[in-house]
Amino acid sequence: MEWANAIVQGVLLGGLYALLAAGLSLMFGVMRLVNLAHGALAIVAAYAGLVLVQKTGMPPFASIVIVVPLMAILGWVLQRTLLNTALNRQALAPILVTFGLAVIIQNLLLELFTADNQSIDVGSLASSSIQITPDIAIGVFPLITFIVGVLVIGLLQQYLARTATGRAMRATSDDREAAELMGIDNKYVYSLATAISLGLVGIAGVFLGIRTQFNPTFGDATLIFAFEAVIIGGLGSLWGTLAGGMILGIAQTVGAQAFPSSGVLLGHVVFLLVLAFRPTGLFPKVVNG
Amino acid sequence: MSKSLAGAAVTQTVKVRRSTRSSYVGVAVFAIAIAALAIGPFAFLTKGNQQNLVTLFIYIILGTMWNLLAGYGGMVSIGQQAFIGIGAYGIVYAADNLGVGPIIAVPIAMVISGAIAYLVSFLAFRLSGGYFAIGTWVIAEVIKLVTTQITALGAGSGISLTAFAGAKPEIRIATVYWMALASVVVAVLVTYLLIRSRLGAGFTALRDDPTAAATLGVHVTRSKRVIWVAAAMGCGLAGALLAANTLRVQPDSVYSVQLTAAMIFIVVIGGIGTIEGPIVGAIVYFALEQYLSDLGAWYLVILGSVAIIMVLFLPQGLWGLLSGKGRIQLFPTGYRLISGPPIAEGSKES
Repeated sequence: MEWANAIVQGVLLGGLYALLAAGLSLMFGVMRLVNLAHGALAIVAAYAGLVLVQKTGMPPFASIVIVVPLMAILGWVLQRTLLNTALNRQALAPILVTFGLAVIIQNLLLELFTADNQSIDVGSLASSSIQITPDIAIGVFPLITFIVGVLVIGLLQQYLARTATGRAMRATSDDREAAELMGIDNKYVYSLATAISLGLVGIAGVFLGIRTQFNPTFGDATLIFAFEAVIIGGLGSLWGTLAGGMILGIAQTVGAQAFPSSGVLLGHVVFLLVLAFRPTGLFPKVVNG
Repeated sequence: MSKSLAGAAVTQTVKVRRSTRSSYVGVAVFAIAIAALAIGPFAFLTKGNQQNLVTLFIYIILGTMWNLLAGYGGMVSIGQQAFIGIGAYGIVYAADNLGVGPIIAVPIAMVISGAIAYLVSFLAFRLSGGYFAIGTWVIAEVIKLVTTQITALGAGSGISLTAFAGAKPEIRIATVYWMALASVVVAVLVTYLLIRSRLGAGFTALRDDPTAAATLGVHVTRSKRVIWVAAAMGCGLAGALLAANTLRVQPDSVYSVQLTAAMIFIVVIGGIGTIEGPIVGAIVYFALEQYLSDLGAWYLVILGSVAIIMVLFLPQGLWGLLSGKGRIQLFPTGYRLISGPPIAEGSKES
């Protein structure tokens, strides 16, 4: 039964990965930009949550209400200044600029917070769990993370499908020039996409900070896991990204159950297998019409 | 070669040349510099100088390889540390376990790096752009994690190079120095010849527009694979030199993404897409590291900021500035048209 337990834990972990991956996927979808600073920005959000909780004593979940708008504003500003300029330069510029940004963020965090592991304290919630069967216990906090992950993905999906700005984003994603001819302001759409993406990173970062010990170098692994969830799920599909996050989560927890200390490696192996045999991902976007 | 201008009564004769006046000067300057560096250990270089210069030579090789990938192949890799690590472990395995001696072990380490790069390319090439970048990083992580599972390679704690044991320190340091000097000359020269070749013209077309290049008959994937394997062998060479210089290989340092970050900084600072750029970039990076590393993390904050500013506002890098936007070429890779005296239409030979 410990295997069933590992699978359940993996599914729940997948909710967090999906939260992290959704923003990465959205920015790529809308402007074909892979934000290599995505993981580092998630760690910024985790530290923002930590500072708020430690300095003001506010409950950890309440800190999300402040962290998310702050990250969204940061995203808007980043897009208006650095990223739009990079998108107008040679093809390699966005990759190099976001890589440089990741290095800057990681080292600024090292100067501000040192390399010590920290974690956002949620008191008894961290250890409380619901006993399902004698062998399977679901942690309350991982369950909350998972539910939030599913809700956020669902909301984002509805936003893209049903609102005018959501349609504008999809139109820009499909054909930038045509969308511009139809009167869509690309710069506005880009800034909105990055603001939403970093808002999602804000939620994900705080949850990550509650769930695990973190330090400034955690951005690297965070970026890699988010990327793996996107590719396993298939580009352009948000529900696919959720499924990709869950598959990665299961691979890591079941892998760790089988070979302690090799969980992360087995997650990578599953990613490489998908890349080898289903390079479009397991749930690629269905093109209509 | 002649070309008639529409509407003109004269024909302009045009010659195609590859070398420039500055390239003759360049060859002379480099030949003298290499000769001076080669006799250095007998004359004016201390052991410490030699070890520092080996580090500089490693940076030049790494910058040249990353430039080959990104500047000519259009591939941004964040996973080159994989091949640096394989090269470092490769020299130790070949020199100590196979007992071939440290000098023969270097090409063996390079071949291992190249072979693994060839296999890995079938996975990595399924991704492109930014996702290719992260994909190569994942592959490097996998190679690192697998290495740390192998007890024969010292698992997580690493392994020491013992092939030099018994040699006098002066002899060992000078040997590694000459190996590194020869390596940097060969690496830059081979890269230069590769880019000047017919294959290289295809690379440049590929970097600028893969679809158009494919239409013109460039084998896109094959060309990219040649670059990818060549760059991995170069990184393997750098890794082998790193191990020979420090005598110690630890997975967390030889497989560190910081090494690829250094490669990127070197190329961006020096100038992408030229042979000279990474050499200039490596010298600047080496100097900055000597003087600014006391600043700790701030050093990388500054370096990252400089890199972003260079990418956005000075994409040709320092070499672009020094050469007057490409007028001075020490290693010319393109073709230039030189106009000869005009010939009147009537006097043209039949």
